[in-house]
Amino acid sequence: MKRSHIIGIVLIAAAIGIIISTAGDASSYVTFSEAYDMAKGGSDKSIHVVGELTRDNQGEITGIYPSADKLSVRFIMQDENGKKQEVFYNEPIPPDFMRSEKVVVIGSYNDELFVADKILLKCPSKYQEETVEAKM
Amino acid sequence: MIHEFIGDLGHFFVITSLIAALYAAFCFFKSSNAEGIDKEYFWKQNGRAAFYVHAFSVLGIVFCLFFIIYNHYFEYHYAWSHSSRRLPGHYMISCFWEGQEGSFLLWMFWHAILGIVIIATNKFWESPVMAIFSAVQAFLSSMILGVVIPGLELKLGSSPFILLRDAISAPIFAAQPNFVPEDGTGLNPLLQNYWMVIHPPTLFLGFATTVVPFAYCIAGLWKKRYKEWIRPALPWALFSAAVLGIGILMGGYWAYETLNFGGYWNWDPVENAVYVPWLFLVAAIHVMIAYRNSDTTLKSSIILVITAFILILYSTFLTRSGVLGNASVHSFTDLGLSGQLLIYLVFFTAVAVILTIARWKDIPTSEKEADTYSREFWIFLGALSLCLMGFQVLIPTSIPVFNNIIELFGGVGNFAPPANQIEYYSKFQLWFAVLVALLSGVGQFFWWKKIEIKDLKSSLTGPLVLTLIISATVILVANVADPTYIVLLFAGVFTIVANGKILIGLFKTSPKLSGGAITHIGVGLMLIGILFSSGYSKVVSLNNTGMLISKESSAEFNNENLLLFVNEPKVMLDYELKYKGERVESVKEGIYIDKNDITNTAISHLVTVKSDVFDNDNLIYSKGDTVEIAPENTFYEIEYTKPNGKKFNLFPRAQINEDMGGLLASPDIKRGLSSDLYTHVSSVRNPTEEVDWSESEEFRVAIDENFFVNDYVATVQGLERLPELDGVDLSEEDVAIKAYIKVQGEEKEYTTTPIFLIKDGLVGRISDEISDLGIRLSLLNVHPETNNFSISANTRQKNWVVMKALEKPFINLLWLGTLVLVAGFIVAINRRYSEFQKMKTKGLE
Repeated sequence: MKRSHIIGIVLIAAAIGIIISTAGDASSYVTFSEAYDMAKGGSDKSIHVVGELTRDNQGEITGIYPSADKLSVRFIMQDENGKKQEVFYNEPIPPDFMRSEKVVVIGSYNDELFVADKILLKCPSKYQEETVEAKM
Repeated sequence: MIHEFIGDLGHFFVITSLIAALYAAFCFFKSSNAEGIDKEYFWKQNGRAAFYVHAFSVLGIVFCLFFIIYNHYFEYHYAWSHSSRRLPGHYMISCFWEGQEGSFLLWMFWHAILGIVIIATNKFWESPVMAIFSAVQAFLSSMILGVVIPGLELKLGSSPFILLRDAISAPIFAAQPNFVPEDGTGLNPLLQNYWMVIHPPTLFLGFATTVVPFAYCIAGLWKKRYKEWIRPALPWALFSAAVLGIGILMGGYWAYETLNFGGYWNWDPVENAVYVPWLFLVAAIHVMIAYRNSDTTLKSSIILVITAFILILYSTFLTRSGVLGNASVHSFTDLGLSGQLLIYLVFFTAVAVILTIARWKDIPTSEKEADTYSREFWIFLGALSLCLMGFQVLIPTSIPVFNNIIELFGGVGNFAPPANQIEYYSKFQLWFAVLVALLSGVGQFFWWKKIEIKDLKSSLTGPLVLTLIISATVILVANVADPTYIVLLFAGVFTIVANGKILIGLFKTSPKLSGGAITHIGVGLMLIGILFSSGYSKVVSLNNTGMLISKESSAEFNNENLLLFVNEPKVMLDYELKYKGERVESVKEGIYIDKNDITNTAISHLVTVKSDVFDNDNLIYSKGDTVEIAPENTFYEIEYTKPNGKKFNLFPRAQINEDMGGLLASPDIKRGLSSDLYTHVSSVRNPTEEVDWSESEEFRVAIDENFFVNDYVATVQGLERLPELDGVDLSEEDVAIKAYIKVQGEEKEYTTTPIFLIKDGLVGRISDEISDLGIRLSLLNVHPETNNFSISANTRQKNWVVMKALEKPFINLLWLGTLVLVAGFIVAINRRYSEFQKMKTKGLE
C-alpha cells in the first residue's frame, strides 16, 4: 500500500470521526412536551426549544416576571405547538428580549420548571426598527 | 421635503454597475478566447472600459448612499434605520455598513479597487482573471439592485435607496405621503466604537481578496496554464490571509473591549463562518508554497484555493440568508436574498468543479511519491491538519443547513448546534492546534535543513531540550497543572523555539526569506496567549464577606461578584476598591463628569454643569455650560488602590435601554504587561426606575445652621429669588426661590438646589437629589417672620454597584502574536510578489 493511500484512509477516518462526534454532541430542537418526557426519562441533556413570548390582545408581551433585583427572570413561553411553559433564566433579561419575534431557550426541565442556561433571540430585524413614530 | 434625485441617481448607478459588470465579463471572456492579437486586444479594451464604468458606478453608489446618510435624509429607509442627527461624523461611516446592503456595497467597493489593480499589474492574466472578477461583481451588484421583475413578482436584490414610506407601512404615510421623520433611529450604541469603524472594512477587504487567487486558479485551468497561475496567485493569497486574519482578530478585540462575556471569541456561527475559510486559505498557501519547490502538490493547491473561495461564498450564504436563524445570536436577518445567494454560491461552485473535472487528466502530476523525509510531505501534513481543523468547525456550524436539507426531502430536521459552544469547540480545536504547532516546528526544519533521517535526531535535539526547559519553567512559575494545557504549552513553545532557530539562521543569510519562520512564531505566541488568557482567566472579585448579594441569584453570582456602596472601601485580592459614583461622558471631549454635577435639560442628551469641571487641572467647562452627553451610557467609576499606594480608576459602562430590555454592560480594562484586569458591572441601580424613598423628615433651620440628613452634615448657605425658571412662565406675582444647601459627604462637598415656587397662588416644589448620598431635599416653606425655613429630606439606599473583575493573564501574547504573524505575512508577500514581478518583466507571465 502506498503511503498516500494510508494518509487518505486516515483523513477519511478523521472526517467520519468528526461527523459522528458532531452528531453525538449535537443538541436537538424539541417541543416542551418532548423535553418534559425526556427529562422524565432520566435524560439531563441540554435541549433547544423554539417558541414565542405570550402576548395579550393588544399585542403587548405578557408573562414576564423579573426578580426583584432584576438579576434573573421567569417568563411564560409558548412553543410551536402552542404549549405554554414557565421558563426560569438565571441571568438578567437579555437585550432585545422584548423585541424578539422568536425565542430559543437552551436548557432542561427541573421538575415542572424549564430552566434555561442560555437564550437566543430572533428579532424581526435586529438592526431595523419596526414602525415609524409620527413625531414632526 | 423628499430628496428624490439623490436616491434615483444612486439607483441609476446600481443598474449601471450591474450592466457594466455583465458587459465587462462578456468582453473579457471574448478576449480570453479570442484568436489573433487584434481581436484579443479589441475585446480587452472594451472589457477594461466597461470595468472602469463599473468601478466608477460603484464609487457613485457609495457617494450617493453616504450623501444621504451625511445629510440626514431620513425619508430614506437606510438613513432612518441606521443613523441619527446626533451621530458623530466618524460613526456615520459605520452606519454605512451596519445594514446588509451597505456591507455588500463595501465588498463591491474593494472588488472594484482590486480589479483596477489587477488590470494595472497583469499582462497575460488580465483577460481571464478579469472575466471571473467581473462575473463576481455582477452577482454582487444584483444583491443591491432592488428591482421587481414584472410578471414574475420576483424581487432581485434589496436596494439601499428605498424610501422609508416604501419600506415600512406606517399609518402616517397614508395621511401624509411626504412625511419625513425628524430624526433617525440611530446606530446601535454597541457599534459606536472605533473598532467598528475599521473592523468591517478590513474584514471585507479580506473577503474581497480571496477572489483573486481563485480567479487566477480558474484562469489557469481555463487557459491550460496549470502551473503558472500559482506564481501571481501566491502573493495575493498571502495578502488575503493576512488581511482576513487581522479582520477576524479586530472583531475579537472589539468583543473583548465591548461585550461582557469576558473573552474575544465565542464560537458563534458568524465567527466560525470566517474562521473556516481562513484556515483553508492558510492551508492553500502552504501547498502552493510547497509546489513552488516541487511538483507534487499542484492538484491539492487547485482544490484548496477553490475550496477557500467557495467557503467564503458559503459563509456569506450562511450569515445572510437567514438559514442560521435560531442558531446564531447575531446573524443578519433574511432580506429575501436567500435564493439569489444560493445561485451565487452554486454558480461559482459549479464553474469551478466542472472546469476542474474537465481538466483533471491534463493537470501534470509527478509520479514519484513525496518522500517521508521530504519537506513537501510535512507541509502537506500540516495543510491537511488545517483542513481537518476547519472541517471540524464547519460541520456543527452547518447543522441548520442540514436541517433545511432534511426538510427539503420531507424529513424532520431537529438537530441543534451543541449547547455549550465554547466548551465543545475548544475541546477539539485545542488538539488540532497542538498538531499544527508541532508540525509547523518540525516542518520548518525539514524545509530549511533538508535533513536526512539520520540527522533528524541531532537537529531536533537542541530545540527540544530548550523547549522542555522553557515549558517546565513556565509550568512551575505559572502553575499550569492541566495535562492538556501542558501539551498545548509545549507545542506552542516548541514552534517558537524551532522557528526561532530557523529565523536566526535566515537573518544571517537571507532575511527576505524569513516570512514563514516569523509567521509561525506569531502562531506560537498566539497559542500561548490564548492558553493563559482563556484557560487561566481568573475571577478576582470573590465575595468573601459571607453575605449574599441577592438571595434569588445563583451561588456563582453571589460568590463571584462584589457589592460596592459609594465611597465605602472594600478589599479585593491585592486591591482596595472604592466605588466613586456614576459618571456620564461628554461626547466631544470624552471626559467623565460626575452625575451629581449636572442638571438635566428638556433635551435628554444636553445637560448643564452645576460647577466647574476640570480635567487634570485644566478647566474644561465652567459652571452653567451646556454639555452634550450620550444619555444612554452611565459609567461607574471604581478606584483601585494597590498595596504600594498607587491608584488607578476604571470606568465600566452600562447602557440602560428599556427597549433592549435591560442592562448592557461593557467592561473597562486595566492593561498590564503580564495580565489585564477586566472589570464590568453585573448589576446597577436602574436610573429610569422609581426608587423607594423613606418617609419625609422635616427640618426647620436658619441660614448656616447645621442639620443631619442620613448622618451627613447639611447647611443652608443661602436663598436666591429666581427671575426666571426653565419651563415655567413666571408672572409679576409669582415667586421662585432657590435654596443652596451644602452637604458634606465622605469624599467631597455636594451642593443641592431645591426650588420653592408660588405660581398663581399655588405652591410648587422642585426637589433636588444628591445621587451619591441617596438624599433628596425639598424646600417646603420659607418663614420670613422667624427668618428660617422648612426643609424636608427623603433618603434612600446609597448608590451601589455590583461588579465582577477577572484577571486575564498573558493576553498581550495573543495580540503580540497577531502582530508578529502579520509582520511575517508582509515579509512573505514582499518576497513572492517580487518573484512574480521578475517573471512579468521577463515577459513570461
